[in-house]
Amino acid sequence: MGSFGKLSEAIAGLVRDGDTVALEGFTHLIPFAAGHEIIRQKRRELTLIRMTPDLLYDQMIGAGCARKLIFSWGGNPGVGSLHRLRDAVENSWPQPLEIEEHSHAAMANAYAAGASGLPCAIFRGYQGVDLPVVNSNIRLVTCPFTGESLACVPAHRPDVAIIHAQKADRQGNVLLEGIVGVQKEAVLAARRSLVTVEEVVDDFGPRSPNAIILPAWVVTAVVVVPGGARPSYAHGYYSRDNSFYVSWDAIAKDRGKFQEWMGQNVLRPA
Amino acid sequence: MTYTATEMMTIAAARALRNDDVCFVGIGLPSAACNVARLTHAPAVTLIYESGTIATKPNVLPLSIGDGELCETALTTVSVPEMFRYWLQGGRITVGFLGGAQVDRYGNLNSTVIGSYRRPKVRLPGAGGATEICASCGRVFIVMRQDARAFVSRLDFITTLGHGPTGRERRALGLATAGPVLLVTDLCTFEPEPETKEFVVTALHPGITCQQVRENTGWPVRFALELGETPAPTAHELETLRELNARTARAHGEAAAK
Repeated sequence: MGSFGKLSEAIAGLVRDGDTVALEGFTHLIPFAAGHEIIRQKRRELTLIRMTPDLLYDQMIGAGCARKLIFSWGGNPGVGSLHRLRDAVENSWPQPLEIEEHSHAAMANAYAAGASGLPCAIFRGYQGVDLPVVNSNIRLVTCPFTGESLACVPAHRPDVAIIHAQKADRQGNVLLEGIVGVQKEAVLAARRSLVTVEEVVDDFGPRSPNAIILPAWVVTAVVVVPGGARPSYAHGYYSRDNSFYVSWDAIAKDRGKFQEWMGQNVLRPA
Repeated sequence: MTYTATEMMTIAAARALRNDDVCFVGIGLPSAACNVARLTHAPAVTLIYESGTIATKPNVLPLSIGDGELCETALTTVSVPEMFRYWLQGGRITVGFLGGAQVDRYGNLNSTVIGSYRRPKVRLPGAGGATEICASCGRVFIVMRQDARAFVSRLDFITTLGHGPTGRERRALGLATAGPVLLVTDLCTFEPEPETKEFVVTALHPGITCQQVRENTGWPVRFALELGETPAPTAHELETLRELNARTARAHGEAAAK
């Protein structure tokens, strides 16, 4: 049921040290404001799940929130590396980071399996490649009907899923549209969920045909955070700050510059 | 008109797409090539990005695979699980268009690590959609800038299976799809030999010599007996690509100014 409380209270109540947390949003609607609040509250030893870690997990990893990362593509899209992720993997800074690495198909299937209440996801993939050699969670199963060998990975069942959406109504139902990614699956796969929204409306009114509605009873908390997806974007509200994604490269490359930027832009109380 | 090596590469790659193709588009060089194809000889080509956008017609190139421009100009947008399950795994995509950090002579790709996996010299972004794109699309085109560090005799990590480390593994695994059938670089075009699946140079871009190709290939590169020359970009192709790039630069600049 929607609560419309404060972001700091929602994070304090929902995210605990050691939790497995998925902050999702595929380029679009990345829940930056919520992630920054996790950094400010100094959550530690988190297992972070996300298909594309993006700048948000680069910041959370560099800030020391993460013990483990489960992911499928760890770059700055169209720009280059995620330097904080690389520094953690290559040099254990600020602490060692365990990685569990998949392909996008596996991650998407693992969320869908979690949302479906299944223990694992089965799909056709990973044939002849090296990821199964380095990730023991990639196994094979044999189809009992055809004998085909298929890939199998554990379902994602995060303790908490956090997403950003365009709107909630007064009852706490949530609407998101545009590129909808895996957010519906992430919320339905999780034990608890937090949705930050651009605004609360009396009625959703006319919606686009692919609009996703998450009924209030599958969402633990809704918090109003206008601009909560910046520098990613919210379709219909603001566009992606591509120049910030480009400028992040130089900020994140240097540990000192990164810490200075975080101090000025994230660690100060919002 | 004079042109750059990158422009030649993008245009040569664009020419491989047909009007009736349904193409899964990788970000960067593949995205530029696919949209040049759509804006020149293949106006009806169906472009699909892994963010779920189907039959998208972006006016500017996306910086990321999930830019709003892709959704706003798409016929429809589906969720990411649906994209990978129904559309890609379901066998509804005829061409996958990929880039990569490293390629070998059998079209296998590495975008995971340079060095060992546990103690990498360079940690690269990882698989993303490429692994299953290369397995499930009817055939695959690869576009990459060529140099001896990227075109290697042995990959440190196989992120994406082409024809396999010896050229035989893909067939042995029983994959029903053709795998990589074309590799376009800024120097030349490679195609696999029908039996060995080794990529051999089938056409040099205008002004490029065999020696230049040898110097920029990390394996003993072979040339087809009937070695062709890539037709130079036409004025229309070049203008289309340059206008697309100019629109893209303006749009990303404007978005940044907001």
